[in-house]
Amino acid sequence: MAKKPLPKAELDKICKQLRRDIMTMLVKAGSGHAGGSLGSVEIIATLYWNIMNFDPANPRWDERDYFILSKGHVCPAQYAVLGNLGFFPKDELWTLRKLGSILQGHPHWLKTPGLEASTGSLGQGLSIANGIAMALKRDGKPNRVFCLMGDGEQDEGQIWEAGMTAAHYKLDNVCGIVDRNYLQIDGNTEDVMGLDTLSDKWRAFNWNVIECDGHDVDALTDAYNQAIATKGKPTIIIARTTKGKGVSFIENQVDWHGKAPNQEQYEKAMAELAD
Amino acid sequence: MKVEKEMHLVEDLHQPQEKPTRDGYGDGLLFLCETNPNVVVLDADLAKSTRTVWVRDKYPERFIDMGISEQDMLGTAGGLSLGGKIPFVSTYGVFVAGRAWDQIRTTVCYGGLNVKIGGAHGGISVGPDGATHQSLEEIPLMRVLPGMTVIAPTDCHETKKATLWAAEYTGPVYLRFGREAVPIITTEKTPFTVGKAETYRQGDDCAIVACGTLVWLALLASDELEKEGIQCRVINNHTIKPIDKKTLAKAARECGCMVTAEEHSIFGGLGGAVAEVICQEHPVPLRIIGIEDRFGESGEPWELMEEFGMSKDNIKKKVKEVLKMKKK
Ligand SMILES: Cc1ncc(C[n+]2csc(CCOP(=O)(O)OP(=O)(O)O)c2C)c(N)n1
Ligand SMILES: [Mg+2]
Repeated sequence: MAKKPLPKAELDKICKQLRRDIMTMLVKAGSGHAGGSLGSVEIIATLYWNIMNFDPANPRWDERDYFILSKGHVCPAQYAVLGNLGFFPKDELWTLRKLGSILQGHPHWLKTPGLEASTGSLGQGLSIANGIAMALKRDGKPNRVFCLMGDGEQDEGQIWEAGMTAAHYKLDNVCGIVDRNYLQIDGNTEDVMGLDTLSDKWRAFNWNVIECDGHDVDALTDAYNQAIATKGKPTIIIARTTKGKGVSFIENQVDWHGKAPNQEQYEKAMAELAD
Repeated sequence: MKVEKEMHLVEDLHQPQEKPTRDGYGDGLLFLCETNPNVVVLDADLAKSTRTVWVRDKYPERFIDMGISEQDMLGTAGGLSLGGKIPFVSTYGVFVAGRAWDQIRTTVCYGGLNVKIGGAHGGISVGPDGATHQSLEEIPLMRVLPGMTVIAPTDCHETKKATLWAAEYTGPVYLRFGREAVPIITTEKTPFTVGKAETYRQGDDCAIVACGTLVWLALLASDELEKEGIQCRVINNHTIKPIDKKTLAKAARECGCMVTAEEHSIFGGLGGAVAEVICQEHPVPLRIIGIEDRFGESGEPWELMEEFGMSKDNIKKKVKEVLKMKKK
């Protein structure tokens, strides 16, 4: 069942709120991954607000679509989405990474309502997505499976094993997204372990490949809808993004991969993210 | 504090300085790059965390970034060793001992290749990253492999010594070290021989055999137990394989009971290795302190250490338990 997409201005406003929540979560936690979380906000928010079916009151609803966060370290972005949608009381967000929290430093689906798998060891999510997609197909169900990966994460061999599996079994209910921010921990992806041209690689693996601006919610909505309309092969969306998007001093800074803001940086960030 | 003089431990064991053990690995690698032309350092997109970034910055020609591909890194290291190099590969323990286990088993160990593995982020004290990054399982995974040497140093000095030793020795080696700053208890002069457990404190009531930071906690526990009239022997068992049977059997014979302590799962780790020795050489009552049968969690490092039983009070409690068994 197709959803009516939100007007761009409205979803952009939600994304700003999500970014503020991410910064608040991280400053309270004192650790966490600022860059990738801020950078993947539109990718995740567009899915939840414009594309996927789900029921926050019943996270295991049989007709839901699935989202697997393969690059688990950016879970603050997904937690912020789930908290704002009411999967759990929003105040839980401020317990991120603390002892006993439902919000672990990396996603643990047995603790957090709305998660579908436990991730954090990179490279494993697309295989999980494929398995869910196979089960859905066997049961003749129309539910869809989305899986967000990092570009650095594409270094993992398992990603390409899963890439072959999805194409071989024509899992057209799978849609992968690569957050193409050109950064991993050790530096620029092309210096650490060259990936380009990434689109050609996926095309050669028999995937339908779409490239788009990963911060443009309308472009993302179109891309997701194209993926849904594509039959006979899985789709990968190469979403061009800026790591740390929205906070000037975090944008494109490799050192902000796995860092949380201090109080002063937090206040500066919140000023930049004000409505 | 009462400790053996010839062990040359730091003066103030109650308020020691702190440094992460991974710094000892980085220091060791820098020294090796300067002194051994065959050493090369491989990393899987965690150069800052594993301290291999120090090599990247100072000796870029010795550094090979493999991206986030641990299995490929182990195989490549195997090939480099076949080509006469001495490769040190580094990433978090979970991603190497776990992710690349089969490559370590068949390419490296079955092939008897000269590959050195720096397993970072061992233990619960990794902290807020949570279970996915807290490696609690490397010791059995590695020590089950024929030909593998497994070392879990107690502090940064010992980690450096182990790193230097690994380059001299021919064969696969796994070094386990941690993320958090932990007490520095040894000095340059403290004896360190791979395969030899060192007795840091003498005592005949109960032997505490520990590795990693738990050696320090065992010393603190023993100091307090002494005030209650209990004399503990404290053994730093840094080399888990090959294990020092002689020192362990002697401790079992002379103390009559034993407690092991490690920042690792209770299954198959230091405790398991010690149990294998004493059950066969000189059975005595034994208690194993480690992470019980559960995954880690997010939290602050020392808060998690307490929560998961990595504390001097838990060591005292277990010593008393095992003493009761001994008296029966
Ligand atoms: C198997 C594995 N190896 C290493 C890591 C450590 N790690 C966490 S994030 C990261 C870099 C990820 O880069 P990328 O996929 O590009 O993510 P993004 O830029 O979106 O943050 C690494 C190496 C991990 N979590 N899992
Ligand atoms: Mg990236």
